[in-house]
Amino acid sequence: MRNIWIIWRKELRSYFVSPIAYLLLTMFALIFGFFFWNALGYFVMMGMESQMRGQPMPMNLNEEVIRPLLSNVSVIGLFFIPMITMRLFAEEKRSGTIELLVTSPIRDLEIIIGKWAAALTLYACMLLFTALNFAFLFKYGNPDWKPLAIGYLGLLLQAGGLLAIGTFISTLTKNQIIAGAATFGVCLLLWVLEWVSGYETAVWAQVLAYMSVITHFESFAKGVLDVKDAIFYLTVIFLGLFFTARSMESLRWRS
Amino acid sequence: MISVKQLTKKYARNLAVDHISFEVQKGQIVGFLGPNGAGKTTTMRMLTCFLPPTSGGATVAGFDVLEQPLEVKKRIGYLPETPPLYPEMETDEYLTFVGKLKGLSGEELKKRVDYVCQRCAVADVKNKLLGRLSKGYRQRVGLAQAIIHNPDVLVLDEPTAGLDPKQINETRDLIKGLAGDHTIILSTHILPEVEQTCEQVIIINKGKLVATDSVANLQNRARGAESLLVEVGSRDGALESSIVVKRLQQIPGVSRAQLKTSHGNRNVYEVEGQKGFARGELARAVVQAGWDLNELRPAAVSLEEIFLQLTGAEEPVEAASKGAA
Repeated sequence: MRNIWIIWRKELRSYFVSPIAYLLLTMFALIFGFFFWNALGYFVMMGMESQMRGQPMPMNLNEEVIRPLLSNVSVIGLFFIPMITMRLFAEEKRSGTIELLVTSPIRDLEIIIGKWAAALTLYACMLLFTALNFAFLFKYGNPDWKPLAIGYLGLLLQAGGLLAIGTFISTLTKNQIIAGAATFGVCLLLWVLEWVSGYETAVWAQVLAYMSVITHFESFAKGVLDVKDAIFYLTVIFLGLFFTARSMESLRWRS
Repeated sequence: MISVKQLTKKYARNLAVDHISFEVQKGQIVGFLGPNGAGKTTTMRMLTCFLPPTSGGATVAGFDVLEQPLEVKKRIGYLPETPPLYPEMETDEYLTFVGKLKGLSGEELKKRVDYVCQRCAVADVKNKLLGRLSKGYRQRVGLAQAIIHNPDVLVLDEPTAGLDPKQINETRDLIKGLAGDHTIILSTHILPEVEQTCEQVIIINKGKLVATDSVANLQNRARGAESLLVEVGSRDGALESSIVVKRLQQIPGVSRAQLKTSHGNRNVYEVEGQKGFARGELARAVVQAGWDLNELRPAAVSLEEIFLQLTGAEEPVEAASKGAA
């Protein structure tokens, strides 16, 4: 546990002493801010329209602002995750510092979990900016906080899975760009897999759609904690970290 | 302290380390010598549990590298060929991080960081980013990192590579100074380094152990024999070299004579014998035979020569058997 903590602190620190963390946080805040502004603008326009018709319709912040925004965050996240994970192992391999870690009295798994947790922490920091925006909704409206909390849980779980995959890919190469690009490709693929369900209902299509990380987020976005979806993400996290551990081991047999 | 038995590492096709066995006693400095690509780094990586051996095994401080890697890692300090530094960290921050990794904490950690900074003369760059340090400092921070947890065994992979002569001397002195407290294995392909810093030398080539002996013994071996280069010619030109060799071999004290180079009329012979064998005899023998003695000079024999003999293609078999004895 102590070793995980040591690695976590070191990783998080190296995110924040380099421009990486600030760049990611800024870009994410900007992009999300834009989405938020749009969603709110649309919501306000709809509200005015319904009033002008003279028959105000019940309007729900959770349903019409928070839910689509959370879904947006889950997709935006796909683009940011490769940038978070690409350096995790690739850089250590290139600079040779991996030798220090591996020859220290610390288990591979502790290194992996420490690094992955640091990546997840950075992602959580990014989510904090979205919380800042949502805070305005609570000031001027009164949305239900529980679905929002479940939505955040879903985002963290989803990111945890993708970050685990990114961590794994980062162990495969010394080149950060390759790690980043490959992770991006995988993230994108895991997103669009769901599209096949739009025109095909055969079993293979269902399986593909099931593997899409986005489909499992829908329940969380609605504010429903579906155990099946949570288990899906936990499985992805587990598999990602498991393959990372295997890869680190084989690295030593091969190199 | 270190015991290596039949250690072997096989990569996809080639044998990087081929059944190497040796022992290192506590407190010794051992030079691990070999040309580039001989398998030095691979061997060291197996000792530090970075790479698992294909077959065979090794124990460090009584712990097996395969069975109890964590125990081995606690007792080993390792400086890889390129010091494993994080450029975005400051020196003392980095040393603190490594100290924690190695299991130190609290007051003790602070003390050790201060101590190794002093010891390795990096105290004046304590608050500098590692990425900005000069090569010499980087190497010393690397050393400081290796000794932070006061390990029993230090494994240093080419600790002086890429340094300027002054830095090389400083680093060697530093390593020598560390010898009392630690058992040290250092690899190098530079001979004088071994002569200056090590007590024991292990020579490997192409993955095979060629010799293991004390430096003093090897030097004696180098000094015990002497070889001379003799250029012999004749006025009428044609001179059968075998005849000359035969005559040279008859000279008392000569153990070996052979044709070394031949350029038309100018044949150079190498004559080996016990130290101080009579040069006069040799000169006289040549002249009395009616040949011209064009040149007579000593061939340099040093550790360098022995090293080349042992690792070169000329006569590895004989050398290896000598070395193994």
